[in-house]
Amino acid sequence: MTTPLLQIEDLHVTFSTRRGLVEAVRGVTLAVEPGEMLGLVGESGSGKSVTGFATTRLLDPAGRVTKGRILYRGRDVTKIPDGDFRALHGAAMSMIFQNPRAALNPIRAIGLQIADAILSHKRMSKQAASEETLNLLRAVQIRDPEKRMSAYPHELSGGMCQRVMIAIAISCDPMLLIADEPTTGLDVTTQKVVMDLLVKIAADRGMATILITHDLGLAAQYCRRVVVMEKGRLVEEAPPEALFRHPQHAYTKRLVAASPTATSRIEDLVTDEERGEYLAVLAASQPPAEPPPGTPPLLDVKNLAKRYDQGPPAVTGFSMTMKAGESVGLVGESGSGKTTTSRMICRLIDASEGEILFDGESIGHLPAREFHRSPHRKNIQIVFQDPNESLNPRFSAFDCIAHPLLRLSGLRPGNALRQRVEECAQRVGLPVELLSRFPHQLSGGQKARVGIARAIACRPRLLVLDEPTAALDVSVQAVVLQLLDRLRREDNLALLFVSHDLNVVRMMCDRTIVLRNGSIVEAGESRALFENPRDQYTRELVEAVPHIDRGQTRIVAGSQST
Amino acid sequence: MPSATLRHTAWILRGNPLTAVAAFGVMILVLIAIFGPSIAPYDPIASNVSEALLPPSHAHLAGTDQLGRDTFSRLLVATRLDLVIAVAAVGISFVLGAVIGAFCGYAGGRLDRAVGRFVDVMMAFPLFVLAMAMVAALGNRVENIVIATAIINLPFYIRFARAEVNVRRNVGWVEAARASGEGNISVVLRFLLPNVLPAMAVQMSLNLGWAILNAAGLSFIGLGVRPPTPEWGIMVAEGARFISTGKWWLVAFPGLALMLAVLCFNLLGDGLRDILDPRMRT
Repeated sequence: MTTPLLQIEDLHVTFSTRRGLVEAVRGVTLAVEPGEMLGLVGESGSGKSVTGFATTRLLDPAGRVTKGRILYRGRDVTKIPDGDFRALHGAAMSMIFQNPRAALNPIRAIGLQIADAILSHKRMSKQAASEETLNLLRAVQIRDPEKRMSAYPHELSGGMCQRVMIAIAISCDPMLLIADEPTTGLDVTTQKVVMDLLVKIAADRGMATILITHDLGLAAQYCRRVVVMEKGRLVEEAPPEALFRHPQHAYTKRLVAASPTATSRIEDLVTDEERGEYLAVLAASQPPAEPPPGTPPLLDVKNLAKRYDQGPPAVTGFSMTMKAGESVGLVGESGSGKTTTSRMICRLIDASEGEILFDGESIGHLPAREFHRSPHRKNIQIVFQDPNESLNPRFSAFDCIAHPLLRLSGLRPGNALRQRVEECAQRVGLPVELLSRFPHQLSGGQKARVGIARAIACRPRLLVLDEPTAALDVSVQAVVLQLLDRLRREDNLALLFVSHDLNVVRMMCDRTIVLRNGSIVEAGESRALFENPRDQYTRELVEAVPHIDRGQTRIVAGSQST
Repeated sequence: MPSATLRHTAWILRGNPLTAVAAFGVMILVLIAIFGPSIAPYDPIASNVSEALLPPSHAHLAGTDQLGRDTFSRLLVATRLDLVIAVAAVGISFVLGAVIGAFCGYAGGRLDRAVGRFVDVMMAFPLFVLAMAMVAALGNRVENIVIATAIINLPFYIRFARAEVNVRRNVGWVEAARASGEGNISVVLRFLLPNVLPAMAVQMSLNLGWAILNAAGLSFIGLGVRPPTPEWGIMVAEGARFISTGKWWLVAFPGLALMLAVLCFNLLGDGLRDILDPRMRT
């Protein structure tokens, strides 16, 4: 038996905060073999990143390793003097981070930044370092490496920046790479390219990798061994097939259930024991009654376009219709115009051309800045992407939900208002005691609920959801998705679901529209569209999603991707 | 939740004792401004030539000036005038600047560019000279010092509010407010402005010190407040004539009063931001 490259034994990390000491990691024990790719999975606050930071000694000054050892080839990392550790850092282990653009120096050409990393560890001439840089840029498959050497980070896309980060991380041939959410925030197609590259580089160089991620699917696709963490503890360690087929720990069961896959249905998102309640909702709901013939569609968008002064149009020729109670997905990568489209439909920005009919009535002619006076304002509401940013920091949860009621439903402060707000809170599963809290005193999931409660307060008929779960943990996402689906069924609410997460859209939406560069490339029934995409771009999108079918998990790590 | 606010304030002050000291200093200043005339041991403008130019003693804590007036009493009485000028000037420039800046930052476009260039032009003038010119043109009165100080401060507030609002104009809760039926004007006034207040409070606090200096400076060169009204700037100006003959107290004590007042306001600034920002609370 070989000695592990990295061995973490009973690691405890404590942060001193305003409320006293907080234990972020409580007794993690794990080992990484040379050349292995280990997945470290957990939701926010699980201590997965802290474990990574402790290993590379990049912990925030408030954090301290209070107990346990981190052995790198038998040497305890936590006890090495700073000077010696710097030599180890980079050459032995290095780290890449979630937001690559923020990790690069914006005013220094990327070639120089890579060379800096090389020169800080190796003695060589600038000329040699520059040649080495070129090799690294080739290794991370950046096209035109000679030209890119002098590019600045803002001239590169997010995926490119992450490749540059990888180049810096591998510049000194580390034995261990810690990748902390390396593809979060990247588009799925970019994610696939970056991950495949990472796997290839690790395989070529025999480098061990710890992939820290919240995405169970991603870890399952790329790692042979996955470790699940919850609240600072390691709860389960298994190969991904076993983890998906027979999760042992209650938390893993919940996590596996909550991760949407290509085949999951909305009721599958909770564990078997919890499913009963939701099935009851499904049973009680009836398919929306067919409207009498001749009724105009709830939403009819014709030839919508948005042009800005500079650059190509953000959206052109966008047309769609929606019936009451229907859910439609709007899918596309960043820059595809999906957000612009959703804002136009919500009448928050003006379209350059085109028509929007709501209930057969044109609502596009009223400028967006006047639309708050329109009687249709309360019929079209929106749930915003980041719950942390969508609530006014100076409003309590109660004020947030009450605000549209005061403005649009003509309620006045008093008992009726309080009742209606509490009713909305209950519908979204927000405990009424929390209504007096301010946004920063609520968790991400609670904030998301406040955002949804606010949007449904005036009983809208069309709800636009702009990446409503992108910033949430999967278990919270599962609950929020079920909540939305339930609202749709119970209130006959139409949902326009804007998202880049194909698994979520496939599950939530009857129909899907795929956008690219501002125009529709494909539209149709979700199931058909995802199973049998006709357009080349749609096919690429669908294939880039990490595949984890329960029961037939496919592992690609190492073997396949070269 | 007043008790929560108090607890939060207490927590901030514990972590930052200088803020507490500054707040205490500002409180004393305000008390002196209110009660100064009634606690002053002597009449600040009654001259008594037999006691002219006495050094600090028990009877005259800060000595007397060339007319035999008690410097300490004059210092106490001057506090009100100096604070009123500073607060009024900063108040005016804050209210105007915040509103103009917020609308520019939110609207963008032509209005924003026009106001932006105007601000640039204003800031290109030496501000103190501008204030001098204004007081000279408008007339040598206290109100005009206030107006001049307010106007030369305005560009900073406009820029500040513009920048703070500009980064927030497309944030989720602003769009949410519009989706909830708010028009643009109320989005700016009821949503954006309250959220940039904490940052602006810091600016205001720093500015108060600066405004006091500005008013004193104008008086020092003979504009604005006129003798025999007690005012720190005039007192320094009058005392300066005697400094070569060793009558240091005539300049030192008003100078010290000015310095302490400015220092207190500046130190208060940082602590204030932490106290006012709801996100710092838990």
